[in-house]
Amino acid sequence: MNEDATFPTTVPNDPQRGSWMRRSVASNTTWIFLVLLGLVALFSILRPNNFPTEFNIRAIATNASALLVIAVGETFVIITGGIDLSVGYVLLFSGVCAGQAMNAFGDPTDKGWEVIGLGLVVALLAGLAWGIVNGLLVARARVPPLIVTLGTLGMSWGLAQIISGGQDIRYIPSLMATVLGAGRIVGVPWMVIIAAGVAIAGTITLNLTRFGRYTKGVGSNSEASRRAGINVTRHLIRVYALGGLLAGFGGFLSLAYFTTTTISGHANDNLNAIAAVVIGGTSLAGGVGTVVGTTIGVFIPSVLASGFVIIGMQAFWQNVAVGAVLIIAVFLDQMRRGARGQR
Amino acid sequence: MSEPLLQARGLVKHYGHVEALRGADFDVHAGEIVALIGDNGAGKSTLVKVLSGTERADAGEILLDGHAVHIGSPFEAQRLGIETVYQDLALAPDLDGAANLYLGREIVRSGLLGRLGFLDDTAMRNGARQAFSELGVDLQNAQSVVANLSGGQRQSVAVARSVAWASRLVFLDEPTAALGVLQTGRVLDVIRRIRDRGIAAVLISHNMPQVLAVADRIEVLRLGKRVATYPAAGTTVDQLVAAMTGSLEQVAPVA
Repeated sequence: MNEDATFPTTVPNDPQRGSWMRRSVASNTTWIFLVLLGLVALFSILRPNNFPTEFNIRAIATNASALLVIAVGETFVIITGGIDLSVGYVLLFSGVCAGQAMNAFGDPTDKGWEVIGLGLVVALLAGLAWGIVNGLLVARARVPPLIVTLGTLGMSWGLAQIISGGQDIRYIPSLMATVLGAGRIVGVPWMVIIAAGVAIAGTITLNLTRFGRYTKGVGSNSEASRRAGINVTRHLIRVYALGGLLAGFGGFLSLAYFTTTTISGHANDNLNAIAAVVIGGTSLAGGVGTVVGTTIGVFIPSVLASGFVIIGMQAFWQNVAVGAVLIIAVFLDQMRRGARGQR
Repeated sequence: MSEPLLQARGLVKHYGHVEALRGADFDVHAGEIVALIGDNGAGKSTLVKVLSGTERADAGEILLDGHAVHIGSPFEAQRLGIETVYQDLALAPDLDGAANLYLGREIVRSGLLGRLGFLDDTAMRNGARQAFSELGVDLQNAQSVVANLSGGQRQSVAVARSVAWASRLVFLDEPTAALGVLQTGRVLDVIRRIRDRGIAAVLISHNMPQVLAVADRIEVLRLGKRVATYPAAGTTVDQLVAAMTGSLEQVAPVA
């Protein structure tokens, strides 16, 4: 309280103050960007002929695309102080529903954009529905988000298997696979362009609109937001709905990319999406976060996966590394918050 | 005497088995500073919460300009021109001063962008700067998030927000509890300036000399009821303490 001795105090934000540790953790986004550069440099030095190639960079970026789309939604959810564990299997569920819808008129291989459009709408609606369920349970029924989304994780996974009979849908319109999934424009894959578009829209929404301001306000102090006249319940439902909608869109993109629903391939999506958001500087305590940070965060698992394969390590090491980085990121965030709280 | 701006009659509020208010009355007139005092647990904060819409009374009525009103939420209180500075400040620490000032009442851009919810941050920063300077609050870095401000600056933001939006009445729950001598003086000046605009101010405080210095009238709560009301002029700290602790019941007639 000594800082208050003179009323118009200057803001105690002097970068010269505090330890090296405190200064470095203060800028989490810069820090994680350096880690990403370090990883790229490391793999490039270890395998100069295989890692830093146009083909590999494109593969990393394309692999990361669907993950980036769901991580953008997860960013909003985590900024409200919540969490969405269900995104990975909502993605799968939406992909399965879209696949079923596109197969409803017989072999979809030669079908055109109208069938693909139907698949997109079905995927978006399926994701949105799960998001609304999550939002209603968190905001209205006041069940902790960890439990709600753990429950919907299991439910969406189970229902995806029931709907598909446990069999992957292997036929999608070839136009969808060749244009959306594998197509490029001036060398840049459509998947990457679409994901970048979602990330840009997300960052604009978060920083420039009332929706973004309310998201930060609710996460920063939900009681203050309620007293300020914000309908906190409605806003939380919208944020979870957005997370579900983007998971649905991610399911559609994933279907286009893999040309199959890959029922067994989404076990790590939750870990990777949440890790990307948290590594990117979004605080689990809520109120703080950026989509730019999340975008950098998304590339950590992708670069690790690619790098481990190229240097000949088992790909499973990626999960070990991402899990460890996630814990370190949260630890550093808590230290930063603690330092701030002592003011 | 003219009709009170806001009156409470026989408010009752239970929290489980605890009776926080047991038929509390309260009056405040336009352009008046009323101090609400009482020992811990007397029901001061509960009364303010009921009058500002964050809690609902179990019984009793609230009259604004002599007409019964229902204040079911902070939002409804705000629409009636009633604002509150809460003891726990109720700021969003991760947003800057301007964003907090306009929280829930953001200015959006004109035209299509506005309809899409795009914020006009320049207008809000200018408005905030004006609101702060009107109150003599010097917030040197308006873009700094509230978490990085000192206790006095946070208090200033909270007070400025309420004053900026209040058209009738401001409740201030222990607004100087966390402040040093100098900022306390500033906040009390702000309260006087609120009154000079014709707005009523209700101040909860434990600091008796401060109460006597700034208030026009003092209402004393004890065990969830109003037990006394005094004009500040001519009243002593001893009288207030006696009324608060119950060693005296209504030693002076209601003004």
